[in-house]
Amino acid sequence: MSFSLTEAARAELDRLFAGYPNRAAAILPALHVVQREKGYVPDEAIPFLAELAGTSPADVEGIATFYTMYNRGPVGRYHLQVCRNLSCSLMGAEHIIAHVSGKLGIRPGETTPDGMFTLSMAECLGSCGTAPVMMVNDEYHENLTPESIDALIERLRAGE
Amino acid sequence: MSGRRMETVLTTHFADEGFRRLEGYLGKAGYEGLRKAVAMPREAIVDEVKKANLRGRGGAGFPAGVKWGFLPKDLSRPRVLVVNADEGEPGTFKDRLILSRGPHLLVEGIAITCFALQIHEAWIYIRGEYAREARILEEALSEARAAGFLGKDLLGSGFDLEVVLHRGAGAYICGEETSTINSLEGKRGWPRLKPPFPAAVGAFGRPTLVNNVETLANVPWILRNGGERFAALGCEKNGGTRLVGVSGPVVRPGIYELPANANLRSVVYDVAGGLRDGKALKAVIPGGSSTPVLRADEIDVTLDIESMAAKGTMAGTCGVIVIPEGTCMVRALSVLMNFYAHESCGQCSPCREGTGWLARIVGRIEAGEGKPGDVELILDVCDNMSGRTICALADAAAMPAQSFIGKFRGEFDRHIAEGKCRP
Repeated sequence: MSFSLTEAARAELDRLFAGYPNRAAAILPALHVVQREKGYVPDEAIPFLAELAGTSPADVEGIATFYTMYNRGPVGRYHLQVCRNLSCSLMGAEHIIAHVSGKLGIRPGETTPDGMFTLSMAECLGSCGTAPVMMVNDEYHENLTPESIDALIERLRAGE
Repeated sequence: MSGRRMETVLTTHFADEGFRRLEGYLGKAGYEGLRKAVAMPREAIVDEVKKANLRGRGGAGFPAGVKWGFLPKDLSRPRVLVVNADEGEPGTFKDRLILSRGPHLLVEGIAITCFALQIHEAWIYIRGEYAREARILEEALSEARAAGFLGKDLLGSGFDLEVVLHRGAGAYICGEETSTINSLEGKRGWPRLKPPFPAAVGAFGRPTLVNNVETLANVPWILRNGGERFAALGCEKNGGTRLVGVSGPVVRPGIYELPANANLRSVVYDVAGGLRDGKALKAVIPGGSSTPVLRADEIDVTLDIESMAAKGTMAGTCGVIVIPEGTCMVRALSVLMNFYAHESCGQCSPCREGTGWLARIVGRIEAGEGKPGDVELILDVCDNMSGRTICALADAAAMPAQSFIGKFRGEFDRHIAEGKCRP
């Protein structure tokens, strides 16, 4: 199976694997690097990382599927993750999810045909005092309203 | 609250944008606690923390000084500090505030703690979603290293300390300390059987102390001002202040630093301004989503650990979730049960199966498809979960289920009988 990374990412992985008390401990950060480079963790990355870590592909697969932040398939350029836990729910998270869903024409778990947006639901993001909240890729957007969502999606569509 | 301005430990300078940078922090007595500590005998530092009555802020409330004492006296095996920044208990968002507004409080707290306990290696386990906070913290660590507060021979004391930031990847269970350790070692976040306790065999097989962000962030103030003064800010057995997070439809949601014995009613009505749109209060979850819910008529209670326990609930993380009249408690519980089912690590059958069944049964009641006997079935499932698993996640799921039914049974029965919602 072929799997390749940019030289910079490869160097970063080497640093990570050398920096932990044992190589296997670097698997979580290494998966973050792969996802940052590829947008998700492709199947081919699993044996590749297992070899670097000196562990089995089953171990790496187990880790990659245990943690929710690793996408095991391609996602849109913008991954919208709306919190649905209690504090957000009390502040109208259901309406927010429905609004985003309607605006983009996709249900949670789906990606728009142009590959721009993926919608997911997330559990508590630690932003309960500024609910409702969603993450767009790595960034938090808090105190959401239908208007602020519309404006945000327009900005993202325009590539800003 | 009373007119007297309360003394604060953590949030005093949080409004000041410059406080997150080293220069601003140094201007507010930053690293004076560490300077003082490195000139003290190590036991004297631990004694100050014991005198402070500092209790763990991660939810369990264990006395920090006592926990520090569990590390073996024998120094032949290198020991490790793991900083738990994996904040994930729904309703809890306090550590995020410290990480983004006062990262040096944590860094200094780490340095003092490690110096006192002769720990040369600290790992900060931060939840993966806190990408911005991780960047801010990484910057603070770099600043502290460059200024000699971390690294080799810190402050000329001859003591070396390395601190590494490690990002998680989305798993509530990784806030459980042995799960944190497994995750740090690059494994699935499965909690470990105890014994051995982390203090004996922890991260990478080494003696390990695990402390929460807020716990450690209090340490610099304790060193600067003394444990007794810290203890006096709180009440008996609960030293200092608490970062109380108020969420839900209140006028002023947010984090407030309050005495450990602040009154919950006053938190909801005075501090957070009461409910929006003049709504009435229905219930309060006082300490994060797993702590038993209180009815509106039960919130005349102070936030300290013992008073909350006497009310049949827990101070937990002081993540106060305010539930207004008109909320369907079956729906609210369904949201929570979905969460625990999603976050169970799957290791122990009572939790893996139990959380799934709780989510399905509460879900079907909510959907109008509940059957007679479902409420009893929920309680039976809870009985088969509590205390029967490696970690406390099963209990954390059972407690809200039991308390929601205990306090709002009528709503569940009506939902089943009528197949619809009438909160």
